[in-house]
Amino acid sequence: MTIAVIQFGGSNCDRDSVRALESLGFEAELVWHEDGLPGSVEGIMLPGGFSYGDYLRAGAMAARSPIMQEVKDAADEGTPVLGVCNGAQIGCESSLTPGVFTTNESARFQCEHVHLRVENADTPWTNHYEEGDVVELPIAHGEGRYEITDERLEELEANDRILFRYCDPDGAVTPEANPNGSKHAVAGVTGAGDHVAVMMPHPERASLADLGRTDGQGVLEGFAE
Amino acid sequence: MTVYTATVTVRLKRGVLDPEAETTQHSLERLGFELEDLRSADQFELDIDAASADEAADRAAEMAERLLANPTIHDYDVEVDQAE
Repeated sequence: MTIAVIQFGGSNCDRDSVRALESLGFEAELVWHEDGLPGSVEGIMLPGGFSYGDYLRAGAMAARSPIMQEVKDAADEGTPVLGVCNGAQIGCESSLTPGVFTTNESARFQCEHVHLRVENADTPWTNHYEEGDVVELPIAHGEGRYEITDERLEELEANDRILFRYCDPDGAVTPEANPNGSKHAVAGVTGAGDHVAVMMPHPERASLADLGRTDGQGVLEGFAE
Repeated sequence: MTVYTATVTVRLKRGVLDPEAETTQHSLERLGFELEDLRSADQFELDIDAASADEAADRAAEMAERLLANPTIHDYDVEVDQAE
């Protein structure tokens, strides 16, 4: 079981992701985007960072690099794909997942811990939690505000495609607990299938017990499904 | 063939929040200017060698569709002039 963690120019959570995945018993390897996907890959992670300097829009350039067609083909065949932070922006820019992550309502880069309510515990990425559980994960982004048309968002909600919403420590979804102005406080969504997901908060930064909380482990365990 | 300059303007759709524009507006107001609203847009100038202005416009529009704009949040328009 090898998980490819794809490095673009400007990725910076790539090695953290490998370390977090390995700590959970996965084999993970860094894959430079120009090298293409190795044949034996059984999972794909798009890590955080600032690929291509966030030029044009965060994730726009990486989403159109040739390896993303391979990622889409693998996703179509059922390979699990997880995009985190810049990886989430890349996932949306490449249409692996719906919507877009754009400039925070504050117009500032925000680096803080947030609480998330598990909205759908019936996906590989969330079935280690119960629906309604509150997890604490870090965010670090300037463009994390989820934006999508009202109609499309209703459709996603009706089809249980929201993974997490920003909430307060008690699980209440309030404007104050929404760090970036995301529409309906959405922090993560699934793609056409549950095996493809993106989220702005960083599960890999909350996975090693030596560094504190391990709330993010359950998300990464999704690769085992 | 003639070289045309296609100007692609990419704007946020009406109703999509633009925090940078809001911040810019507040700064102008702090400087004492009065204004009702401020909208920002990105503009790209593309020099394109094409058989006609229409062809240049079509190619610029395809570039906007594929990369320069994100249809989830953006509208765009294309204007073409003969390059100087």
